[in-house]
Amino acid sequence: MSTKNIEELEREFQAKIDADIKIEPNDWMPEGYRKTLMRQISQHAHSEIVGMLPEGNWITRAPSLKRKAVLLAKVQDEAGHGLYLYSAAETLGLDREKSIDDLHSGKAKYSSIFNYPTLTWADMGTIGWLVDGAAIMNQVPLCRCSYGPYARAMVRVCKEESFHQRQGFEIVSLLANGTPEQKQMVQDSLNRFWWPALMMFGPNDDNSPNSAQSIKWKIKRSSNDELRQQFIDVTVAQAEMVGLTIPDKDLKWNETRGSYDFGTINWEEFNQVIQGNGPCNKERIDARRNAKENGAWVREAANAFAEKRKKKELTH
Amino acid sequence: MSSKEWPLWEVFIRSKQGLSHKHVGSLRAADAQMAIDNARDVYTRRSEGISIWVIESKLVTASDPDESAEFFEPSESKIYRHPTFYNVPDGISHM
Repeated sequence: MSTKNIEELEREFQAKIDADIKIEPNDWMPEGYRKTLMRQISQHAHSEIVGMLPEGNWITRAPSLKRKAVLLAKVQDEAGHGLYLYSAAETLGLDREKSIDDLHSGKAKYSSIFNYPTLTWADMGTIGWLVDGAAIMNQVPLCRCSYGPYARAMVRVCKEESFHQRQGFEIVSLLANGTPEQKQMVQDSLNRFWWPALMMFGPNDDNSPNSAQSIKWKIKRSSNDELRQQFIDVTVAQAEMVGLTIPDKDLKWNETRGSYDFGTINWEEFNQVIQGNGPCNKERIDARRNAKENGAWVREAANAFAEKRKKKELTH
Repeated sequence: MSSKEWPLWEVFIRSKQGLSHKHVGSLRAADAQMAIDNARDVYTRRSEGISIWVIESKLVTASDPDESAEFFEPSESKIYRHPTFYNVPDGISHM
């Protein structure tokens, strides 16, 4: 066992981080680093799992067999992403069952975006385009996160998300070029999802007290505001290409900054949704809780079957 | 709840004939066969593999990262094990 004192260990740890050497599960790490990652990765996992619900809502009503197959594949991917992430968090000592119970009791958080309802088919397009688009913006830098298992999970996730965003934009672009009613439907969807999508990047940098430490530890590689700006800058042109209007009267190209200026985000709404008072928070958590309770017999049956198979093997 | 938690499994995938199995991650399953079935769904949805190995995570024995400097030192100090250690006169080829 190592006899180094904590200051030495911390210094060596930070030196590794500064040299871009990845941290692996059994390596020494400060408790704060472990806790921050466990919280972030489990929240990320919860977001993937809860994120299946708004889209699951439309699987039975997708307008064609093709769209149904695509949506099913996408929702199945989200389940896979949740699993990669729970496994990554388990390498830090996370208790998966407890973490899921924390989600169900409201103690653990997940992305605020999934507490908004999916009212029309156009929302399937907007979610892929904006929500997965914002998620990709957030996740690409996480592929270089200092914690090996998280970074590796993110590489897989990012590869798969790219199909999610494209299928969404295809829906958006078809509707935007469709009948006046279809165009109206997709514009309405953009109006509802634009601001919540911008909130996905989290509070402004000066209201994000843990960001500096996360950046020093290379858990985070870019600030919330930087990523949000990057997202706006690429998305505005995409909206223009398909003839949709971003619902922000203050949106304006700023020549000197080489970026778009944009209006003020309603942080009061964001805080309300995070605290559990969004339009669908209760519905989402109820759905997850029911899934766990109603699925208990499946987990028990699998255990019973495993026992039976083991006995059979032993008698052979 | 009466049901016990499923054990954790490490998953290894051979992406194509001729390559070795490579660790891709882990998952939970009630037994080895179900771990393989789950690994197919979790880790090979886009033709990433043609063969899967699983092993219960608790059966893996790992070297101690705190001692890796001492443990791997013998290979660090023997640079003469590498071909670049040796001088080959100019004009010599196929070596």
